[in-house]
Amino acid sequence: MVKQESESANRPDNTAFTQQRLPAWQPILSAGIVIPGFVLIGLAFIGIGVALLVTSRSIQVLELDYTGDSNGSPCSSCSQSDIANCKCSLNFTLTTLFQGPVFFYYGLSNYFQNYRRYGASKDDNQLYGDLSSFTSPSSSCSPYNYDSSKKPIVPCGSIANSMFNDTFTLTRTVSGTTNNVTLDGKGIAWWTDYNIKYRNPSVTPLKNAFNGTVKPINWAKPAYELDASDRSNNGFVNQDFLVWMRRAALPNFRKLYRRIDASGDYQKGLPAGNYTIDITYNYPVRAFNGAKKIVFSNVSWMGGSNEFLGIAYLVIGSLCVVMSVVMLIVYAKFKFPDEE
Amino acid sequence: YTVWNFLPKNLFEQFRRIANFYFLIIFLVQVIVDTPTSPVTSGLPLFFVITVTAIKQGYEDWLRHKADNEVNKYRVTVLEDGRRIQKESEKIKVGDVLEVEEDETFPCDLILLQSSRDDGTCFVTTASLDGESNHKTHYTVPDTERDVESLNATIECEQPQPDLYKSLGPENLLLKGATLKNTQSICGVAVYTGMETKMALNYQGKSQKRSVVEKSINAFLLVYLCILVSKALVCTTLKYVWQSKPGQDEPWYNEKTLKEKETNLYLNMFTDFLSFMVLFNFIIPVSMYVTVEMQKFLGSFFISWDKDFFDSEIEEGALVNTSDLNEELGQVEYVFTDKTGTLTQNNMEFIECCIDGHQYKYRDASSEVDGFCVTDGPMNTVQQKAGRVSVVVSRHLCMLLTREREELFLRALCLCHTVQVDGLMVDGQVVPPLQEQRGFIASSPDEIALVQGAMRYGFTFLGLESKTMKILNRTNDVEMYELLHVLNFDPVRRRMSVIVRSISGETLLFCKGADSSIFPRVKQEEVEKIRMHVERNATDHAFPNHYDMKFVIMILFYLLFYSLQEEAAETMEALQGAGIKVWVLTGDKMETAKSTCYACRLFKRNTELLELTVRTLESPGKRREDRLHDLLLEYHKKTDLFLQICQNCTSVLCCRMAPLQKAQVRTNSKGSPITLSIGDGANDVSMILEAHVGIGIKGKEGRQAVRNSDYAIPKLKHLKKLLLGHGHLYYVRIAHLVQYFFYKNLCFILPQFLYQFFCGCSQQPLYDAAYLTMYNICFTSMPILAYSLFEQHISIEMLLENATLYRQIGKNAMLRWGPFLYWTLLGVFHGLVFFFGVWFLFSNPALQDNGQAFGNWSYGTIVFTILVFTVTLKLALDTRHWTWINHFVIWGSLAFYVFFSFFWGGVIWPFLRQQRLYFVFANMLSSVSAWLVIIVLILLSLLPEILYVVLRKPRGPYARQVVL
Repeated sequence: MVKQESESANRPDNTAFTQQRLPAWQPILSAGIVIPGFVLIGLAFIGIGVALLVTSRSIQVLELDYTGDSNGSPCSSCSQSDIANCKCSLNFTLTTLFQGPVFFYYGLSNYFQNYRRYGASKDDNQLYGDLSSFTSPSSSCSPYNYDSSKKPIVPCGSIANSMFNDTFTLTRTVSGTTNNVTLDGKGIAWWTDYNIKYRNPSVTPLKNAFNGTVKPINWAKPAYELDASDRSNNGFVNQDFLVWMRRAALPNFRKLYRRIDASGDYQKGLPAGNYTIDITYNYPVRAFNGAKKIVFSNVSWMGGSNEFLGIAYLVIGSLCVVMSVVMLIVYAKFKFPDEE
Repeated sequence: YTVWNFLPKNLFEQFRRIANFYFLIIFLVQVIVDTPTSPVTSGLPLFFVITVTAIKQGYEDWLRHKADNEVNKYRVTVLEDGRRIQKESEKIKVGDVLEVEEDETFPCDLILLQSSRDDGTCFVTTASLDGESNHKTHYTVPDTERDVESLNATIECEQPQPDLYKSLGPENLLLKGATLKNTQSICGVAVYTGMETKMALNYQGKSQKRSVVEKSINAFLLVYLCILVSKALVCTTLKYVWQSKPGQDEPWYNEKTLKEKETNLYLNMFTDFLSFMVLFNFIIPVSMYVTVEMQKFLGSFFISWDKDFFDSEIEEGALVNTSDLNEELGQVEYVFTDKTGTLTQNNMEFIECCIDGHQYKYRDASSEVDGFCVTDGPMNTVQQKAGRVSVVVSRHLCMLLTREREELFLRALCLCHTVQVDGLMVDGQVVPPLQEQRGFIASSPDEIALVQGAMRYGFTFLGLESKTMKILNRTNDVEMYELLHVLNFDPVRRRMSVIVRSISGETLLFCKGADSSIFPRVKQEEVEKIRMHVERNATDHAFPNHYDMKFVIMILFYLLFYSLQEEAAETMEALQGAGIKVWVLTGDKMETAKSTCYACRLFKRNTELLELTVRTLESPGKRREDRLHDLLLEYHKKTDLFLQICQNCTSVLCCRMAPLQKAQVRTNSKGSPITLSIGDGANDVSMILEAHVGIGIKGKEGRQAVRNSDYAIPKLKHLKKLLLGHGHLYYVRIAHLVQYFFYKNLCFILPQFLYQFFCGCSQQPLYDAAYLTMYNICFTSMPILAYSLFEQHISIEMLLENATLYRQIGKNAMLRWGPFLYWTLLGVFHGLVFFFGVWFLFSNPALQDNGQAFGNWSYGTIVFTILVFTVTLKLALDTRHWTWINHFVIWGSLAFYVFFSFFWGGVIWPFLRQQRLYFVFANMLSSVSAWLVIIVLILLSLLPEILYVVLRKPRGPYARQVVL
């Protein structure tokens, strides 16, 4: 605040500030402004709402649950057993073209990635490629910082340890022959996560950096061997790993698994036909009444399908219009005489 | 404090405040227990609050130190071994001989040894002790006058005692704080110093006054504390309920640590409870106290800066002694006012006199009294306006005479007094008639008025010189009278007499006094005659004197006019219009006080007066006093009926009050209504201290009242602006500030609470730690502070014009449970909208057009963005006085939030363990859906507000404000 010492014989300064006479603007929300304003806002919102709803409706979504709770479902045998790499497959038929680009999500429900202790259980320094954190992981990773033989776990912590490890392949059956649908795993994680926030230690080969450490207990392969097909997709910058590490906000969530590679037959998306998803079923969810699903979806400018926004805009837009009508009536009845 | 122990002592004092202590506990819990948020989140705001408060208190302390030093390091002259030595006043020891010059203040209690005046007297004024500005004469100790240098003496004195009135008497004790007047220098020996002086013993610490607003805050705080605890309890319960379901306590992906497994279940529950408390503790606004303090501190500058309060006469503006009570000025229900010097000026004016039934009226347009001008013309109009009387005081004087009546009367006026002529030459030189400029000093203003009145008729009092009074008469001759004896005015006799001998050898006795004392000495028929005349002249009684010599009795009386304070009537009218009940407490008698009230328009012509006096009671057989007593007792039994009657009157006049009674009246009616006392003299101090708000007038009766008041203003007329303008605004501002603070923290924390239902009650914070910390310090604190300093929901002019507006905020209207509930519900509504709006959006977290999904920090950031914008815009909607500062602060805060979010998310911070927000904000902005949801939810939240603002506008006096 401007504190001005009043000098000259105690006389207070005669400035606009000290006399509380700063020029002020007083917003006057008169009916003449508000009613048209409300109508305009309302109409704009209704317009946006309609656009959103139309867009959202145009987005195609295909959800397939493969938890295997009920006995008839394809993966029920896998869900009951503890066998690693249990295989099961899911068939579905598309009657129309699934407009591309098509995104392949996996979804989990009743899975609390937002649990506090879970969320804190990682070591950002480690994930930033800091080798000193390799040998002594942060205590926040406990109980996943050291294995039973006191060797440090890299990457440590609950999040990494519980990384989703079901894998999927998509095949399309066209007149008896099965074609693999190429799934693109690039660019499914945030650009900044991939390029800046997570880093592998600058050791080549990457494997050497992990000397003296062990892989997370639940992992089948160490971090530097996550993707055998692409060497740059290993370690902490593995896209699947990054996607998993970005914790979901709510207990029912979906995460991006792959994109359908828009090439060849699939340039416009997934053509109509019969498809099979071969699942390597590893991830147990029944212990906590969870569910797993596969979601195919295309996206629009507003992202994935979401009816809420469109409806909200429509409702509030019409609310504005209704209110302006009410106000008009109120003003017409009572206020116009003194409006002048 | 000293420089060294300031920090620990100040910290200790601060943590004694319950709120600070609470936050300290939260902080300690965060340090000790594994809590969801780091200690920084609550430690930083706490540190901030403590620092700001410490700086403020340190500054005030430094000021106090400076004032202390000024007194303690004051140079005094000490006579030691025959030499003059300059010493600092704190080093004076008992027994030192001090020399004090004219107009200096005594540094300690002194025994007068030697005076520069021939007669061994000195004059002092004790204005700063008891408020009496007249000069008191003190005498040297007999036998010591001559040779102080060779004096060798022992002084026996009693133990220091505080009774001021009893011992102002001893004629050679000069008290600390009194000022030497009219005497060039004196020598005295110090008898009491430091804390043993009468002044120090009389000093009483000001009791802490707490405003209603603070009480409201504490009540609200309690409510929020309950909400907080119940929230934490609910969450803890839910957590354990949820965990008891199969597979939820410890799913395979989230195993507990060894430590957690080992600790006892109940201990775990307790720490969980604490964790929740920590998580939700932001619901109790950390920074509210500091903002409130800052608002009060800075806001009070506006009072002292106000040039309308500046009085050119005394070259001073308003003074704010405490900034804690600004808003209380907007809550006043009762005003207790002193009459003399407050309602009326302390100047009196000689209006007319009546000699033996013959009336003399002074008709000079420019009757100047101490620079204050009242002409007969306006007075008459006042008279007509006020109805019967405008003459407020009448003193009556009668005298005996043998010669020409009029001249004698005037001579009497000149002689019968204790007035001293100021700054004059006692050396016998003929003084050129200075006429009006002449300064007189007297113990009461009516004496001055009399002498000046006489002067206008041609009789000028030249002064008293060695028992001889000199008068310059109409023919410019100097008449000498030998002063034989003076019987001073005292409250018991209520009259004073002078016996003089004229040169011709006649011995004259002049006597003047109050009616009651002189009345019995008068012949009855004379009284009737005079009374008739007096009645016609709108005065009360007259009283001739009877002198048992062989002289003819002549009846004289004079009228004096207490001029009202400037704009007293307007002020009182405004106060009444504002629904404030005015109680006039005065020591004067009823008629006088009543006429003042009429003149001030406190009583109007059609006002129904209920009089309860001894005279109005009819009681056959019994003494009236007893009857009155019985009546009061009876009233008292009937559940304070008397008090109730009084409290329902618009104005009450209490006459014949002693200072202590003034305070007691105030105490009796303390209860809940807010009272304000205003007065100017030392006799009002008790009243001022006792009231919720004490206001001192920088009047003529010394500084005592000013020093003990909470606010001091130069004139009564300033009270109007102080209450109706400043008080009203401050109340509205601070009430809004408080409500807004609770509201914004409720809707800040509610989403966090709701989030617990969706994260297994795991104390997962919804917002990032930086946001938790900065929300109250940076993002939302400045706009409300600016609002609470600059808001004028109604312009000051409007407030002053329409006194009734003051009633709207009476009785703490904006901080009662109704408005509080409204704000709380609004907060709940907003919290629900924020959380569930985004929750619906996140039913599909793939919100980016490249198919990527958002995580939990994105969720929190979206909610937080909506929160910050809504809360700030809500304030913007409430702001009706947009200065550039408001614009700057409101839009600046929003811009700062956006900028900070980018910055915070744009860098990998080496000191953070987790880079949670890395590029979260930027990614959020890249999503169209996020934008859309932010816009729609902000609008939805504000829709009721906008509606309210629109519909509220054209109502009542606000409607006129549209023209701006």
